[in-house]
Amino acid sequence: MIRLTFIAILLSTSLLADTLNVVPGSKLESIKVALNLARAGDVIQIAPGLYQEGQIIVDKAVTLLGIQYPIIDGSNESEIITVKANGVTIRGLQIQNVGTSYTEDRAGIKLDGVSDCVIQDNRLYNCFFGIYLKRSNDTRIINNEIIGEARFEMSSGNAIHLWYCKNISIVGNTVSHHRDGIYLEFVDESFISGNTSTNNLRYGLHFMFSDRDEYTHNVFKANGAGAAVMFSRDIIMRNNLFENNWGTASYALLLKEIYDGEITSNTFKTNTVGIYAESVNRLLIKNNDFKANGWALKIMGSCMDNKFTANNFYTNTFDLTTSGKSDYNTYTGNYWSEYTGYDLDKNGYGDVPYRPVKMFSYLVANVDASIILLRSLFIDILNFAEKVTPVFIPEGLVDPNPLMKPRP
Amino acid sequence: MIKTLKYSFYDLARSNWTYLYMLFYLLTALSLLFLSNDLSRVIVSLMNIIIVLTPLIGMMLGTMYYYNTRDFAELLLAQPIQRKSVFLGQYLGLSLSMTLSFLVGLGIPFIIYGVLVSSEVWNFSMLLLVGVLLTLVFAALAFLVAAMFENKIKGFGVAIVVWLSLAVVYDGLFLLAMMLFESYPLENAALGITLLNPIDLSRILIMLKLDISALLGYTGAVFNKFFGTSLGLLVSLGALSLWVLAPLGLFLRVVKHKDF
Amino acid sequence: MIKINNLCKSFGKNHVLKGVDILIPEGNITAVLGPNGSGKTTILKILLGLVKPDKGNVFWKQRITHGDYSYRNKIGYLPQIARFPENLRVRELFSMIQDIRQQPSDLEPLLDAFKLRPLLNDRLRHLSGGTRQKINTVLTFMFDNDLFILDEPTAGLDPVAMIQLREIIARKQKEGKTILFTTHIMSLVQEMAQQIIFLLDGRIYFQGSVQELQKLHGEHNVERAIARILEVNEHEGVLDSVQPTASTL
Repeated sequence: MIRLTFIAILLSTSLLADTLNVVPGSKLESIKVALNLARAGDVIQIAPGLYQEGQIIVDKAVTLLGIQYPIIDGSNESEIITVKANGVTIRGLQIQNVGTSYTEDRAGIKLDGVSDCVIQDNRLYNCFFGIYLKRSNDTRIINNEIIGEARFEMSSGNAIHLWYCKNISIVGNTVSHHRDGIYLEFVDESFISGNTSTNNLRYGLHFMFSDRDEYTHNVFKANGAGAAVMFSRDIIMRNNLFENNWGTASYALLLKEIYDGEITSNTFKTNTVGIYAESVNRLLIKNNDFKANGWALKIMGSCMDNKFTANNFYTNTFDLTTSGKSDYNTYTGNYWSEYTGYDLDKNGYGDVPYRPVKMFSYLVANVDASIILLRSLFIDILNFAEKVTPVFIPEGLVDPNPLMKPRP
Repeated sequence: MIKTLKYSFYDLARSNWTYLYMLFYLLTALSLLFLSNDLSRVIVSLMNIIIVLTPLIGMMLGTMYYYNTRDFAELLLAQPIQRKSVFLGQYLGLSLSMTLSFLVGLGIPFIIYGVLVSSEVWNFSMLLLVGVLLTLVFAALAFLVAAMFENKIKGFGVAIVVWLSLAVVYDGLFLLAMMLFESYPLENAALGITLLNPIDLSRILIMLKLDISALLGYTGAVFNKFFGTSLGLLVSLGALSLWVLAPLGLFLRVVKHKDF
Repeated sequence: MIKINNLCKSFGKNHVLKGVDILIPEGNITAVLGPNGSGKTTILKILLGLVKPDKGNVFWKQRITHGDYSYRNKIGYLPQIARFPENLRVRELFSMIQDIRQQPSDLEPLLDAFKLRPLLNDRLRHLSGGTRQKINTVLTFMFDNDLFILDEPTAGLDPVAMIQLREIIARKQKEGKTILFTTHIMSLVQEMAQQIIFLLDGRIYFQGSVQELQKLHGEHNVERAIARILEVNEHEGVLDSVQPTASTL
């Protein structure tokens, strides 16, 4: 649908507009020159070849259209394309070598205070920042491939970076080897979907102070942490895959100061921690699969009124850890692979409540170093003893209706 | 010594216990591999079994073997050979047969499942090495206990207590200490305490090699920093060797002054 | 000659030997007698180095045996109970002991004498106690030893094997070997022993020839003579005051 409208728009404008062809070795071989010549609404077609140009400033509503991915190389010296006009489309370019700067946020493509732009089907390689949106609205970032060469957090930028934006669609992008895959700060009402974010140093997706956003069908693999969502409200997280975010300080999903959202139908597989939550309130966590994680859920202090229901927990080392003496969240109707109860009335729910917190996870939450006893026979005995006669673990922390079979 | 070793080994090579032991590991490994094709996860599961059962079985078979061969040892002692040779030979014979059972029992299924060409080959080797060392440690402890107690029932009882202390009680006290001194940085102390117990040490050595080490957090990082160096590995293997040599030496001392 | 000086041994509070002096000349058959628990087996085991004495020395061929092990290559020992590695075959047991001792052995005639040849390939655990005892006997006599120490050699043997044993002992003595044995069968003592050592409560009660024992107690039968010794002591209850007498050697 989006694509169709897009093509329609493209066709209607091109009827009125001119097309400028930039070809290496021809009279018009510089993109900057072409931009100077162009009027609003024109299309600048860029033929295949290498263009060693940086600091290209797009200050009119033009379309930059690459034919077979012409390469625009910034020689590691400067930002490459800066958009300063509304309604710009950048499509089909290969943009590379932005170069690290410690004083300015250089990007492959930067949008500065604009709206109604489209960044589509581009390749951005070895850019300090990939696509950077600053105070921009109503823009689409679609099907770009952004691969960085980040080595240290200190000296690297994010693949897609948004700051003070509204109504942005980030769809179908592949981002990897940057600091954060997708970074949003003060970004509201945006839609992030179908992106693949892998091997980023810090987070696959990073939300700060952003409200009413939705991210669905994304894949977060092998990042320092999958997604970090902090200081935000009304975020909807749906159908994402978090896999292999594995490391001593790794998380699949880190939540901090989050209110009123939902986490549904996501898959968390082999992460050190599935969901780490701190000061999270009124979230609905439903229909998620937690498989073979170290900790499926680490619910820390001041998390309240969250509801965990109809989730599947399979073979996690720890299903749930809480730090507090009491827990004010509800856990009900989940499937826990370690549940050993029975279902006499055959209603699909076990008749005996399940206690998802093991004695050992309680201990580890209180004394960090005791994790060193992981998989000791003593710990198994201790867990068993606590299971039979609970003493330490908060009385209310039970799933009163554990599912007998995993939710399909 | 070589001769007593040889004949102890011949004897044990035909013992049902030896094959039962081998079969146990064979079936365990096969069924785990069958259930999960993921070598790394199977290694984790096996680690749990090995660090609990290898010591226990080593302890039981060791005491049993010592008591069973006591009368025969008497006949050997009347021969013109040194006591040390007789008992060292028996110990090595038992250790050798248990080690082989263990290696064959675990080796065959893993080789079938292609461990040799997988990235897990080093982790698997570590698992085997640790298993063998634990066998040696607990066979030596078993011989020591059996030589100290003429009464079989008492001997078996003490053997179980020794195993329980190292496998369970030690960790309980360890945990208690950690909770008492919670406010201090515990990582280095924990490292030292781990080095002193062969079972804990083995557990950590394997675990640090595996993915699961990521769960160990900061403490794990401190451990990794120590065990990751060649010095750390050397120290820990040295500690395990000491756990073999010390009870063995004590055992030889006990039998040297013992009446038969 | 075996010379035992002031041998003392206690197991815990149980003083088994309280200063025992014995001389055993070469080429003799000596029977060590005494009630159960009188220390017979302990003496034999001390000779073999299986038990370490608290005090006292054993000299054999003018050398102290304690702390040495090589002297045992001239000793054949027949223990009371025969236990072998269960899973070995009879043949393997023999070759094992041969392998350990590395001495010329004379196995074949013994196998025939005790009719063990058909059992050579059997596992030891399948054998009866009597058969084990025969194997044990063969193991003892298969090497050319100077001293044979037999602890209850007749226990568990059938009459035929018993006759074989007696013949072997007699033959060994003719060859000039020294034989030391314990037994409860007095006919064997009367028939074979040249010297009797009678132990009672950790001390030597009597050491001398069979004839001397008979003379001393006015009994022609050794069994009766022994019985009398025990009787007298029970009545008088003064064991400690009775000094070893008639020790003529």
